[in-house]
Amino acid sequence: MAELLNVEHVRRTFPRGGGEELLVLDDVNLSLKQGEIVGLLGRSGSGKSTLLRLIAGLARPQGGRLSYMGAPIEGPAQGVAMVFQSFALFPWLTVLENVQLGLEALNLPPREMRERALAAIDLIGLDGYESAYPRELSGGMRQRVGFARAVVVHPNILLMDEPFSALDVLTAENLRTDLVELWGNGKLPIKGIILVTHNIEEAVLMCDRVLLFSSNPGRVSSEIKIDLPQPRDRTSAQFEHYVDQIYVEMTARRVERLREQQARANAGIEMPLVHVSPNQISGLIEALAAAPYDGKADLPDIAYEQELEVDELFPVAEAMQLLRLADVEGGDIKLTHMGKRFADADLNERKEIFSRSLMSNVPLAGHIRRILDERASHSAPKSRFLDELEDHMAEDAAEDSLKTVVSWARFGELFSYDDDAALFSLENPT
Amino acid sequence: MKILPPVSIEARRLLPSRWDLLAAVLVLGFLVAFADASRFLVHPLSSISGDYLKLNPADLPGYALRTSLRMLIAMGVSLAFTFTYATWAAKNARAGMLLVPLLDILQSVPILSFLSITIVWFLSLSPGRILGAELACVFTIFTGQAWNMAFSFYQSLRTVPPELEEAGRMFGLNAWARFWRIEAPFAMPSLTWNMMMSMSGGWFFVTLSEAISVGKTNIALPGVGSWIAVAIAQKNLPAILYAILAMLVVILIYDQLLFRPLVAWADRFRVSSEPSDETPQSWALTVYRRSRLLDLMTAPFEQMMRWSYHWQPPSFGIKAAVRDVDSRLADIVWHVVLALLGLFAAWRIALFFGQAHFSWSDAATAFGYGCITLIRVIVLIGLASLIWTPIGVYVGLRPKLTALVQPVAQFLAAFPNNLLFPLVVSLIVFWNASPDIWLSPLIVLGTQWYILFNVIAGASTMPQELRDAAENFGVKGWLWWKKVALPSVFPYYVTGAITASGGAWNASIAAEVASWGDHTLRAHGLGAYIADAVNAGDFRHVLLGTIVMSFFVVVVNRLLWRPLYWYAERKFRLT
Repeated sequence: MAELLNVEHVRRTFPRGGGEELLVLDDVNLSLKQGEIVGLLGRSGSGKSTLLRLIAGLARPQGGRLSYMGAPIEGPAQGVAMVFQSFALFPWLTVLENVQLGLEALNLPPREMRERALAAIDLIGLDGYESAYPRELSGGMRQRVGFARAVVVHPNILLMDEPFSALDVLTAENLRTDLVELWGNGKLPIKGIILVTHNIEEAVLMCDRVLLFSSNPGRVSSEIKIDLPQPRDRTSAQFEHYVDQIYVEMTARRVERLREQQARANAGIEMPLVHVSPNQISGLIEALAAAPYDGKADLPDIAYEQELEVDELFPVAEAMQLLRLADVEGGDIKLTHMGKRFADADLNERKEIFSRSLMSNVPLAGHIRRILDERASHSAPKSRFLDELEDHMAEDAAEDSLKTVVSWARFGELFSYDDDAALFSLENPT
Repeated sequence: MKILPPVSIEARRLLPSRWDLLAAVLVLGFLVAFADASRFLVHPLSSISGDYLKLNPADLPGYALRTSLRMLIAMGVSLAFTFTYATWAAKNARAGMLLVPLLDILQSVPILSFLSITIVWFLSLSPGRILGAELACVFTIFTGQAWNMAFSFYQSLRTVPPELEEAGRMFGLNAWARFWRIEAPFAMPSLTWNMMMSMSGGWFFVTLSEAISVGKTNIALPGVGSWIAVAIAQKNLPAILYAILAMLVVILIYDQLLFRPLVAWADRFRVSSEPSDETPQSWALTVYRRSRLLDLMTAPFEQMMRWSYHWQPPSFGIKAAVRDVDSRLADIVWHVVLALLGLFAAWRIALFFGQAHFSWSDAATAFGYGCITLIRVIVLIGLASLIWTPIGVYVGLRPKLTALVQPVAQFLAAFPNNLLFPLVVSLIVFWNASPDIWLSPLIVLGTQWYILFNVIAGASTMPQELRDAAENFGVKGWLWWKKVALPSVFPYYVTGAITASGGAWNASIAAEVASWGDHTLRAHGLGAYIADAVNAGDFRHVLLGTIVMSFFVVVVNRLLWRPLYWYAERKFRLT
């Protein structure tokens, strides 16, 4: 089979303050053959969308090679079309005009342009909506316009950047099935598809191959071939097996790294904290403590049960791991002794447990508390800590970490923070 | 619609950056160059005085037409400036560093100073003919309109959703096509809003700049402004009322035929996914849309644009997005060029003031007058706020009343209030009242409406749930004002007050000296200082007054409005 796309040793960095560079993609390899759907699966920040933009020719890599049909990619290439997460429709153009926009640059005669646009609209199931404006349509219909606009140019490669993640569950499923069906019937004038997603089931449902991305820097950590005939049955044992396998792969690496960081003597404040609210943590602990889990659950199960996306579940699980309220191991999550006590406690005891866990497990929280204790005024400006953090991490990561630690400390009543004055202190308003 | 902050307060920092300083030096250098040239040009020019104007009501429609044509031309020039200047600033990071602070300084320069400093030069372009004066008049209106339009466009260009740009590039639109199909449409709602604001301010300056005397040069361009000037000289009250009537009609026609349709049309460029419940309507737009004739007229133009999209321009910011490596050499060259330019301007300024035999006491006098005008502006904006904020809240919470009052407030903001000055001045003369006090209200006569209609807009967008909650918990009286109403409208109030205060500084030049027949009333203040210098053709003092006024405007913006605006944004923004 002919190779549509080839990505070799691609590296991409972003400049960040002080002449340093943030490595977003490191040594990424990928190929797309004719008739294939390849999924790029990873958490947000794993660089998968960046990779998609490199393939689209919207950005350039700092190293490595990308080639499309044998020629190097040097800009947006004809025959590569993209479907966007936020649809990227032009609100001032009608459905028909939006779809025609894809053809505009091909310099076709107006008549042919119209015919092709109408055919694409027909194929994607938008008949009757030609003269509507995007704002008159529901999310699902809008994304159909996005598909029609991409399909109308008869692209060799269709790039999809989380195309279903802005839609509600029912609409997304409906659109997925339609797309898989069109693809299966060979009705789409497309040779290969690359799908970026953070939804594990979506990847297993649609893709022939799934590349798992790990974060910081983004790398392909493993490749899983989904050997199931289409249409796939979500409830079949093989399907669930693939989903489980991906869960285990995706959690194992992160948790391992987290453990390493924690185990290191004097783990420092440079450990970036991902924002998770204490309510989410309490909620998941309660769910885990209750029947049928009784303290231990399979991650895919609890994600399904709690209606959590991977992107929502993993950060909470990791925060619990960090706070030693739970252990994540091989696709399972299990409450620790402290986690169980937390589940049984009343609000004040919970705050106490949380506060103690913060002091001993989150270096940044302990650090801030110690500084506040030492100072005579028992207060310190935000910039004091922000500057310190920025020595170790990018500006927005530092902001995020501080925001997270503030939210946790407020719950644990470890210290307080006044946003107007940008001041940390030990006082609670009385 | 989310109104973006004006250039004077867009940045958060208070201290001037080196770019601000460079911009200030360049603007000043530019003014000095004109003033310097003008000194030697004053004499050989003949005057176009207002003797031909006979105050015959039958001529008034013709004059009104000419006035509105000047306005239209200036708007066209401002648009051309907006599309080029702002695009350059947005697409080129190096240029943007200077061009944006430059806008901030330019908008602080009083419009009438631009007029008085450049008019002699413009007249010299076509000696003895009316063309030069027309150009000067259009240029004056341009300086009153262009800066905020350019800045709004710049802001819009910077906030185009990246995925729209990406979609454009994916589908092979070149930079030229992307500009007209993506960026300009995206900027349209905010640009039309700013055009309306500019136009509002513009009527004031067009009528003011039609009749002006700089030293011995007297200009009276046929138009409503000159009509008013003659009527004032003749103490002809009916003629003034006619002019007011004519202006009302002109603004009404502009509103109905130009701006209503424009706003209604621009509504579809809004990038918000929610269908709005009140789409602006315009009967004129409906007529335009259904008109075959208009279709026929615009079709060739559209076809031309369509062709142009396929034409590949050499390099129109194409590389901007993919430029990962900044060439250090180009950076150095750019900085050196700017430094030289700045030094040259500074040298010219020093030379000018060196020759001018200024003493520090001159500067101190101007500064002292500046303080008086500052007090006047603050007190009157404060008074206007006390009056209009409660009224605005009251109106804004009642949709029916809002629909009635809002257009009137916007209309009043557009009305050139200098036409009303003679009415007030004749009363002051009649009562023999103190000009220092009674001329003062004139500086907010036109600009107070910005406070009113911004507050109305704020109150009418106040979420129903908040109001229900307040009612549910029995929050009433002063507590309700303090905790519910005032915080909700505060961001809007600040935006309105900024516009009002900027307008008040400008108006002070026209309002602190006013005449009625051969009575001339003079209030103490920087506006009067500048106006007197203009009349005397004394460019050095015009320039000194202008610098001091710009300084006051910039300082007030930075020390008062900027912190207030960002405080309001952070704390009280509801949506």
